[in-house]
Amino acid sequence: MFRTFAAITGSGFRRYSTYRQATLAGAFTNTVFGFLRCHVLLAVATGAGGVAAGYTPDQLATFVWVGQGLLAVVLLWGWNDLAERIRTGDVASDLLRPVHPVLNYLAADLGRAGYALLTRFVPPVVAGLLFFDVAIPSRWSTPPIFAISVVLAVVICFGCRYLVNATAYWLHDVRGPMMIWTFGSGVLAGLYFPLHFLPDWVTVPLWLATPFPSILQTPLDVVVERDDWPVQVGLVAVQAVWAGLILLACRAVQGAAERRLVVQGG
Amino acid sequence: MADRLGVLPAYWALLRGQARSQVSYRTSFLVDLVGNVGATVFDVATVLVLFRLTRTLGGFPRAEAMVMVGLSAAAFATADLAVGNIERLRQYVRTGLLDAVLVRPLGALPQLLLMDLPLRKASRALFGVAVLVAAVLTAGIDWTPARVGLVVLAPVCGVVFFASIFVTTAALSFWWIDSGEVGSAFTYGGRDFTTYPVTVYSGWFRAVFAYVLGFGFVAYYPALALLGRADPLGLPVWAGWAAPAVALPAVLVAALAWRVGVRHYRSTGS
Repeated sequence: MFRTFAAITGSGFRRYSTYRQATLAGAFTNTVFGFLRCHVLLAVATGAGGVAAGYTPDQLATFVWVGQGLLAVVLLWGWNDLAERIRTGDVASDLLRPVHPVLNYLAADLGRAGYALLTRFVPPVVAGLLFFDVAIPSRWSTPPIFAISVVLAVVICFGCRYLVNATAYWLHDVRGPMMIWTFGSGVLAGLYFPLHFLPDWVTVPLWLATPFPSILQTPLDVVVERDDWPVQVGLVAVQAVWAGLILLACRAVQGAAERRLVVQGG
Repeated sequence: MADRLGVLPAYWALLRGQARSQVSYRTSFLVDLVGNVGATVFDVATVLVLFRLTRTLGGFPRAEAMVMVGLSAAAFATADLAVGNIERLRQYVRTGLLDAVLVRPLGALPQLLLMDLPLRKASRALFGVAVLVAAVLTAGIDWTPARVGLVVLAPVCGVVFFASIFVTTAALSFWWIDSGEVGSAFTYGGRDFTTYPVTVYSGWFRAVFAYVLGFGFVAYYPALALLGRADPLGLPVWAGWAAPAVALPAVLVAALAWRVGVRHYRSTGS
């Protein structure tokens, strides 16, 4: 079982490593947006008298640049492989495989994320280091907690994308759900501004009752060391709960879909 | 000239066919209309959230910054409606649609734009204009005939400017088929840049986006002229009126890039 999973992960890694030009173009664009967002958030901090919602300018810079790197690792936008396969009927061959479809796609997505970590995460972070004063983690415990948080973020984001794509089993045209996901996920995950910029009565329910902050805000808060390590661990525990819930939801949705699925031509 | 006007009914037919097919699924179209406002609403809401934490951004209070937000949103959303789908040029090349378009006796660019006009984005453009109207009415502008002219001229030039950026970056894919996301850095990136006062940015990054590429003259300088504020960066007041002088070269560059690109295009060979 583990060997199959590892083999699929490896194939996901290799598949994305063939898109070299697209990788380069994507890293360039993430970096440009890093400059835009970083300047704006630093101006907010200046206007707020140095510290904005508890973030120092250095922490905001780290927040933006690591966020621009993670954006491609968790792959917030632009994944419609499953929806396309459902629409064309190719998904039938996924159902014939001895591996559960959710597990199959998860393994491939982890491989993709691994490749993105090497090629898409590093360039924006290096640009941030070169052009801005950034906060570097000072506690030894932060890097391992951050690493776990990123893995969980990838799993949660994958699960959300899987659920959005799976609506194609019922809708045939996923543009509506996809549009809601695209517009909503960026803001709610903390990509445009740290969610602490919002009042607490919005942030706290958002954090606990939706998976979105667990996709970017949590790993970013961990890496800028906004909180002490017990709180960091607590935030990651919330992520772990969401990762479990989302994967269970994926399995349930996939099961429901398979019961009603009539594949074209067979 | 008569020859050129003779093709207008053909373009009109393309547009009508496109509109009819998009509106035929009414509910679907309505959902799309509503959903598409979302993107611009979030952009504007983001600015409002930032102003929760600070009274001024780059030296501008909220009421004044919103004029820039409005100019940027109205110009970008309208340009996106009119020519934004040209960023799908890669797909047109890949699927062979471009070949079909090139053999017809009509211009390739207008055909592509009319065949894929995203009418659902109309709601976004309307919202952008509404933000602009609300912003200029509440910013305490001392209205003169010149400023009334400017509040119309500036967004129009902004539309032309953003449209040129869309076409220029799309034309890149004639040479570099996987250039996709590079274009977003200047189209969506340009929208983000123009949303905020130029004083927010600094160094070579500001110099490149605001002055070399010309994004500073889309929203920031027109807004200064409307508000009657001196530029903290030292440009004279007439810089607010420079929008046409920036839009015109942008159109020329876009036209050149497109023409050279189409000539360079060698199909996929299949």
